[in-house]
Amino acid sequence: MGIALKLVAQRIALSLLLLFLVSGLIFAGTQILPGDVAQSILGQSATPEALANLRRDLGLNEPALQRYISWLGNAMQGDFGTALTNGQDIISSLSGRLKNTLFLAFWAALISVPLAIFLGLVAVRYRERWPDKLISAVTLTSISIPEFLIGYVLMYFVGVKLGWAPTVSTVYADMSLGAKLQAIALPVTVLTLVVLAHMMRMTRAAILNVMQSAYVETAELKGLSMFRIIWRHAFPNAIAPVVNVVMLNLAYLVVGVVVVEVVFVYPGMGQYLVDHVSKRDVPVVQACGLVFAAVYIGLNIAADVISILSNPRLRHPK
Amino acid sequence: MRMPLSARIGLFFTAVYFGAAIFAPWIAPYGMAEIVGDVWEPISADHLLGTDSIGRDLLTRMIYGGRTTIFIATMATIISFVTGSVLGFLAATLGGWADQALSRFVDLIMSIPTLIFALVLLSVMPVDVPVLILVMGLLDATRVYRLSRAVAVDINVMDYVEAARLRGEGRAWVIFREILPNALSPLVAEMGLRFIFMVLFVSTLSFLGLGVQPPEADWGGIVKENKDGIIYGIPAALVPAFAIATLAISVNLVADWVLNRTTSLKGGRG
Repeated sequence: MGIALKLVAQRIALSLLLLFLVSGLIFAGTQILPGDVAQSILGQSATPEALANLRRDLGLNEPALQRYISWLGNAMQGDFGTALTNGQDIISSLSGRLKNTLFLAFWAALISVPLAIFLGLVAVRYRERWPDKLISAVTLTSISIPEFLIGYVLMYFVGVKLGWAPTVSTVYADMSLGAKLQAIALPVTVLTLVVLAHMMRMTRAAILNVMQSAYVETAELKGLSMFRIIWRHAFPNAIAPVVNVVMLNLAYLVVGVVVVEVVFVYPGMGQYLVDHVSKRDVPVVQACGLVFAAVYIGLNIAADVISILSNPRLRHPK
Repeated sequence: MRMPLSARIGLFFTAVYFGAAIFAPWIAPYGMAEIVGDVWEPISADHLLGTDSIGRDLLTRMIYGGRTTIFIATMATIISFVTGSVLGFLAATLGGWADQALSRFVDLIMSIPTLIFALVLLSVMPVDVPVLILVMGLLDATRVYRLSRAVAVDINVMDYVEAARLRGEGRAWVIFREILPNALSPLVAEMGLRFIFMVLFVSTLSFLGLGVQPPEADWGGIVKENKDGIIYGIPAALVPAFAIATLAISVNLVADWVLNRTTSLKGGRG
């Protein structure tokens, strides 16, 4: 267990360092324009007094490094400051919306992950025959389609023409679970379709890779049943790559959520971010950017950790 | 080698879209911002795709919109390729310290989802076409950098590169006369995929209202303008979305063919 634990600790330390650097990058990204934030919020026609006032309110008169340190220090204590546009506390708006976004992503993952692994297995089982070819054709098509197209096509046909699901996904805190699930039926379907193809294709590649190895051939030559070969010999070795695939796609899901939330007017993080980008509300954008990056890095590191832990050579060193 | 049917179809539609983009002012039946009818008129002989949310001819908007979308995507792809491949080749030939610094910096940028980082940057930038092209191109250059560095590292240790070095050729010669010609085929195949990504990217940004600003048309923007019609059963917003998808699939088919061809030329590794 020693080596594996050490590796896991290393990865986690590395990801914390990465997150720290990313926070710096996000902060710097909002400082690189020719004027400054105050100028871009108020526009070219702003009076000098208004500019000076806003600069003072934003603390822009202090050097950038000092502002970064105090921003990061507050952010680590869960304080992202207040939104410029409505003066509300960012963290309280953010936490409710983050919950909504994770709720949406959770259901999409719950449906897409088992389905993708199952279909990936089907593609391997019927390799080079029609189910496999159909799956790769659908994959090629679906990576070429923007999320909002799938969203609007579903909204138009399923929501409006058939009337099976609501076209706008409004959810409140005190809605029952059933009502919530009905409200998010369409966005969950869109997200599932968006990640399904990619996840399926990568699962197929990962399992094929294992199936072509020498020990699987040996197992076949020993005369083991197909089920036993897959279950005892191929599957344990495919866990790491498949988990990697799943985590990478979940990370993608979190980003895909941004567009899907806007399409279905779902009160989540993505919509919050997009709204405030167009209003040039920099503190909100920084906070959302940091949270999205943290989730993304977190999922990537989880993939790393699981693949380390599922590697028997690292778990039982000689 | 004969071109497979799928690649021909892809090439045909890609050519149609690019042709429409280049010759937009001659093809479009009406003016770009001209209001010629009622709101969301259905398809008719006068308006082949109907009219949009304020009564402009949808086909005209689509043709001009395609022009903007394809122009931005092409320019951003060029920026991404020039920056990414030059830096990638430099990192591979310089090695050591410079390579480490560049590669770790690229890792850092890639650890933030591209769309999120673009949104963060666009929240403080003036949103106009040059800024969009620059932000998209530079963010995407990270991916091109990774590919071209990986390819160039392989080529850099070849005997003919060693021979050129011993001949006393400079770094510029090695990069442009030795590495570039040999790295070209994987890069060209990748270019198709990056172009699609750019089309999707700019459409997504415009759809979110953070890309091309009205009254200029682009496909993502047209979806945004007409999305409210969906709830009333008016499919105008699906037209640009369909165009984006068919363009992306066509380019994909061509890129796929180029990729297959270049790998089979090299003895077919995949």
